[in-house]
Amino acid sequence: MNYLNETIDSLHKKLSDKELTSKELTNQTLDGMKDKEKDISAFITVNDDAVKDAEKVDQDGINGSLSGIPIAIKDNIVSNGIKTTAASKILYNFMPVYSATVLEKLEAAGAINIGKTNMDEFAMGSSTETSFFGDTHNPWDFEKVPGGSSGGSAAAVASGEVVAALGTDTGGSIRQPAAFNGIFGIKPTYGRVSRWGVIAFASSLDQVGVMSKRVEDSATVLSTIAGHDEHDSTSSEKEVPDYRANLNKDMKGVRIAVPKEFWHEGTNPEVIKQVNNAIETYKKMGATVDEVSLPALKHAVEVYYVLASSEASSNLQRYDGVRYGFRAEDVKNIKDLFVNSRSEGFGTEVKRRIMLGTFALSAGAYDAYFKKAAQVRTLFIEEMSKVLEDHDLIMGPSTTTTAFKIGDKIDDPLAMYMNDILTIPANLAGLPAASVPAGLADGMPVGLQIMAKPFNEQAIFNAAYALQEENKFYEKIPTALKGED
Amino acid sequence: MISKDEILHVAELANLKLKNDEVDSFVSQLGKIVDMESNLASINTDGVEPTYNMGDTSTTFREDKGIHTQTREQMFENVPDSEDNLIKVPTIVDKEDDE
Repeated sequence: MNYLNETIDSLHKKLSDKELTSKELTNQTLDGMKDKEKDISAFITVNDDAVKDAEKVDQDGINGSLSGIPIAIKDNIVSNGIKTTAASKILYNFMPVYSATVLEKLEAAGAINIGKTNMDEFAMGSSTETSFFGDTHNPWDFEKVPGGSSGGSAAAVASGEVVAALGTDTGGSIRQPAAFNGIFGIKPTYGRVSRWGVIAFASSLDQVGVMSKRVEDSATVLSTIAGHDEHDSTSSEKEVPDYRANLNKDMKGVRIAVPKEFWHEGTNPEVIKQVNNAIETYKKMGATVDEVSLPALKHAVEVYYVLASSEASSNLQRYDGVRYGFRAEDVKNIKDLFVNSRSEGFGTEVKRRIMLGTFALSAGAYDAYFKKAAQVRTLFIEEMSKVLEDHDLIMGPSTTTTAFKIGDKIDDPLAMYMNDILTIPANLAGLPAASVPAGLADGMPVGLQIMAKPFNEQAIFNAAYALQEENKFYEKIPTALKGED
Repeated sequence: MISKDEILHVAELANLKLKNDEVDSFVSQLGKIVDMESNLASINTDGVEPTYNMGDTSTTFREDKGIHTQTREQMFENVPDSEDNLIKVPTIVDKEDDE
């Protein structure tokens, strides 16, 4: 199966019209993956039971819109009986005994978990190069990164291996790879989606979201996975709208804020050109566009790397080789077991983040780094909220560049961290944010970022849908895939 | 700037043992990152409350009733080494400590 020209609607129609069974669709999906994976390597694990799961859906009958449709799941979302690694050696053999709430909800809706996608180790990275299981390749140029950390999910969607995938976003891990692969990706409001069963990175920032070629498909999936979960006390009790049914591309009177700090001097001028074109399109549709200022923005990377690393150093203390995962051999005592299992099990970037976080939380550094960053975060939230008092949306580029070459930034952590400068703000403020394809710069996709008020994902879907229907970016076939035919 | 001694101290706190080349590269890389993070000192945050948690401020409640999640057998499926239904680990108190 090649999903490049399919949508959840088109697949649902084939399934309900009995033109195709879920078993056939799943087998075709696996065949398509076999073909494309040799170039892309988007998956860590393929679900061996996918066909069996599809047979069961066929027996039960096709019901809702996701019923019988294969979806890819990022490998930091635990799946009962299917290996879940977070792309780390320390979890290389971890077999969950339950599924994350988001996966349970998808499966209850009849979706098929087709497999677990590659990512940066523990979601720490912007290129999927820190994975223990090797690199994933960008379908627009196999020598380039797919972005990260949800690089496997993004590449699987962009190459037409699947119609939609789940990702997670702590500092841009859905939006940046969506931008690099020319697809749509949304990080919902903090608290919109349950994180039960999602391997923790930075708990005040992490959120599960969706990636797909078409805006309307992410709307369908997000409505399915969102909502309160009694296993996750940070999940909101607010009602979940039917984002798909409520899609409305009318942009008349929509107030858009454009923060001048997003037009960063380091941003590629070709990227800026595509983003400016997209914003012009909204003006033509009747939206108003105001330039605003977010002065604290220039400190976003600093705040983020203090807070996210600190939370990570605390969350990753649980990996000690005792109860699950990788255990070091030839150890003398329990302390050695902890230290050696962690030192051999974690990759370099994860160690770097744990070290940064442990430093920021250590006596003598706590006030100057951790507490200070948390205070600047407050200033930051206040600035963003103020802009959203009289605007519906905030827009800017999703990334400062298009996808870079594999190997180009991996040895320069600071340059890699700067990739996140435009996506971090939404995580720090807990706002919903998405990236929607705006065009091409030097042959590689560019994403427009759209942020909205808390729990107003609908406004994002509407605006993204309006642009999609105008530029029809989804009709473009990724360049490197064309070379294959 | 961050010194080699600081790196070794933080590694000890984090239960990590770094190889010599890792120590050297962390001294230079973490030094640069911490310098960048030190820019935060230039921002006036007098009287600003820190934000440590996100989400709705209200707590959600559920009935105080036990629910069964995983069984003991399931919890043991991922344990690297076990004996008599217990998790097996190496010596906790070093023998030398007794001498």
